[in-house]
Amino acid sequence: MTIDLTVNGERRQIDAPVTTSLLEVLRNQLGLFGTRYGCGLEQCGSCMVLVDGEPVYSCSREAGTVAGRSVTTIEGLGRVDSLHPLQLAFLDEQAGQCGYCLSGIVISAKALLDRTPNPSRADIVQALDKHLCRCGAHQRILRAVERAANTMRNGRTA
Amino acid sequence: MNAPTLPTSLVENPRLDRWIRFLPDRTVRIATGKVEIGQGVVTALGQIAADELDVPLERVVVLSGDTAEGPDEMYTTSSLSIEMSGGSIRLVCAEVRAKALDRAALRLNCSPQDLSVVDGRFLQNGADSGQDYWTIASEIDFSQAPTGAAATKPVAAYKVVGQSVPRLDLPAKVTGAAFVHDVLPDGVLHARMLRQPNPGAALQSLDEAAIRRAAQGELEILRDANFVAFVSPVEGVAQSAAAAAPAHATWSNARRIEPPQQEAAWLKGQASIDRTIGAAPAGSPTKRPFQITVSRPYIAHASMGPSCALAELKEGHLTVWSHGQGMHPLRRNLAAVLGLPVEAITARHLHGAGCYGHNGADDAALDAALIARRLPGRCIRLQWRREEEFGFEPVGPAMLVTLHVDLDERGRPADWTTEIFSATHVQRPGMGSGYLLAAEALAEPPPEVKPTDPPEERGGGGTRNAVPLYDVPAHRILHHLVVRPPVRTSALRGLGALPNVFAIESLMDELAARAGEDPVAYRLSILSEPRARRLVADVARRANWSARGPAGTGKGLGLGFARYKNRAAYAAVVASVTVQESVRVDHVWALADAGLVVNPDGARNQLEGGVVQALSWTLKEQVRFDESGIASCDWQSYPILRFSELPEIEAELVDGAGNPSLGVGECTVGPTAAAVGNAVAHALGVRIHDMPLTRDRIMAALLKA
Ligand code: FES
Ligand code: FES
Repeated sequence: MTIDLTVNGERRQIDAPVTTSLLEVLRNQLGLFGTRYGCGLEQCGSCMVLVDGEPVYSCSREAGTVAGRSVTTIEGLGRVDSLHPLQLAFLDEQAGQCGYCLSGIVISAKALLDRTPNPSRADIVQALDKHLCRCGAHQRILRAVERAANTMRNGRTA
Repeated sequence: MNAPTLPTSLVENPRLDRWIRFLPDRTVRIATGKVEIGQGVVTALGQIAADELDVPLERVVVLSGDTAEGPDEMYTTSSLSIEMSGGSIRLVCAEVRAKALDRAALRLNCSPQDLSVVDGRFLQNGADSGQDYWTIASEIDFSQAPTGAAATKPVAAYKVVGQSVPRLDLPAKVTGAAFVHDVLPDGVLHARMLRQPNPGAALQSLDEAAIRRAAQGELEILRDANFVAFVSPVEGVAQSAAAAAPAHATWSNARRIEPPQQEAAWLKGQASIDRTIGAAPAGSPTKRPFQITVSRPYIAHASMGPSCALAELKEGHLTVWSHGQGMHPLRRNLAAVLGLPVEAITARHLHGAGCYGHNGADDAALDAALIARRLPGRCIRLQWRREEEFGFEPVGPAMLVTLHVDLDERGRPADWTTEIFSATHVQRPGMGSGYLLAAEALAEPPPEVKPTDPPEERGGGGTRNAVPLYDVPAHRILHHLVVRPPVRTSALRGLGALPNVFAIESLMDELAARAGEDPVAYRLSILSEPRARRLVADVARRANWSARGPAGTGKGLGLGFARYKNRAAYAAVVASVTVQESVRVDHVWALADAGLVVNPDGARNQLEGGVVQALSWTLKEQVRFDESGIASCDWQSYPILRFSELPEIEAELVDGAGNPSLGVGECTVGPTAAAVGNAVAHALGVRIHDMPLTRDRIMAALLKA
């Protein structure tokens, strides 16, 4: 079955059963590996993407349900040579160890900052609380999101 | 300078080109047998090479974990990478630098003393000589063995070592593909497993038709005795097959686990291998005996990414890509199971999610290899399911620790016996007593072997950190290595250090209370090691210890201290907590002395990570069993610390540059657990001896109080 959707600003057409997970479509059909499988159970947040600006667990989201919608993955934020202020802030704070959790977290942080450009620590904690990080990089991650919020409010880009 | 005793890594990999190569693009490739597991080791080793060679870090590429070209340094464990691999790389680079300058001096007809190195270029009395590493490299015999004879730079000359340079691997991880999971060659086949429930279990029936119906797509089912794999060009099809399979399989000889086996208390009285280590048995009868028993349950590595591997058999040669902690040992272990010569296998490391010890990574590599052997010419990508990761990885063993002390008239321990009950802490194939998991499912499973624990010279397993650093006239360990735990156990960050330090530091607080003394003052009265004293006093000052209130107010401040393995980094931790029905950790101060620190921010990152993981273990984690095996198979039944539970953490390193580098990855876990245990005891006025410090245990303690 053919599904039309927009991924990172580009119109894409994919051919997959409508019940295929969005995560599998992104990774295995579109080659966007920054979105990661952690549990497949909506329990860890490794697979988070934006669908029309809202954070969504791509592991449990059927591809058919995003037809006609706009999906943003970590690759849509920025590449190594053109980093988004959030990605830059994560590197500036060295916020991460293994890094497996990071792309999902950055995605949730993006959704937060789009809505709330000047978040409190509590806002950030709330937005990220659905994410797990086993390496214990939490404090750096919170600082990175605060740093990105500052940068973005001050109108500076990467 | 005399030739120093060579590090084991150099003795076992006696060719310079196993360690260093100058590449045509004016980079230098340093190779290490240690691998990146999120601890920043690749960056730190690059820093060491950059300094010793006088090349900028941008020109250093690090090849890590590669059996074809890199050195064999066994596993990446025990916070030893900087000491072992770093020490070797430093010697190799110093030697190559000296050889290169000698050759250049010949060419330039000058003395090597006239030459200096800037950005890899050789300057003659300060002026560019036209020579550099890359023009000279062809004249150096890199097949030679390193001698370790060249003088390495003095610490004062380091420019890159000691700097908080950013991790080289992190940009990829916040932008896209970065892990073994993300490698998807054309034509790759996706594979999933049906796991044998336990070694010895035999597959009686498998309803393949039902599994195919559930899979809904092109599916191959591979069977070999009790090994079952599902292979499909479509990942979701293999995943659906594997998810459905357990309900359509029947097994005989499945084990039965009884509920008490889930608890550490069960360990006492089980069959065990018993040893006594240390001082002779106490002579006279005890005058002022005191004892304390603590426990830690089975805990999981619980990596965020499930184990994954790729394998391909092509023209008789097997290549495996894995996120395991040692590629050379993996190659040997695969060869043993597959009946192949080691030369017929190449194992290459690719990054995985943090593992914190021996998890399913190597097992996944064997799974993939067994499938690849059945489908020559096809690249196989094998990934574990989440419930498989929780259910079949080796877990950190439960431990029961009793400290029996006899006190002198001042309330200080005069005689001390540490009694430990634990299953083995290391079943890494080829090192401890274990096997790669799927080997157990094949027609000829490997023989059962007697479990072993790492020897005390390597830091011990269950006995790790059992010897207190405090001044104790006589100390001995009674170690009961329980031989048949209900589930597979193996190395988890710190091994026995966490329960042992939890025990020792709980005892310190109890003894201080009996003596009517402040816990910090009491410790300092029996702690003569200067680096240890400084750390304890310093962390107490930072945490404003002198303002510590009375016990039993619901607010608590507690301290924990240890030197990891009694020979790696020192760490002292203070935790402040609020306890109502459950524990809220408000603030953690962690201070470490790790000697010369290669990358201070990287080391702080490790300290912080150790604190958070230890908080999670101490407050929340326990692997649960049902009658057939591990039952806590998702993040709901195995919760870990979340953002909303995070305290403020201040993690710092004291200046230790006068001393050699000490591994830092594991040093905070024991002291953090102990600090929380002591803070909770201070808050409640009564101690909880069993981890995790859950709401139920707090309620029970409050009833008792
Ligand atoms: S993979 Fe989707 S929430 Fe874990
Ligand atoms: S950095 Fe490893 S899980 Fe978050």
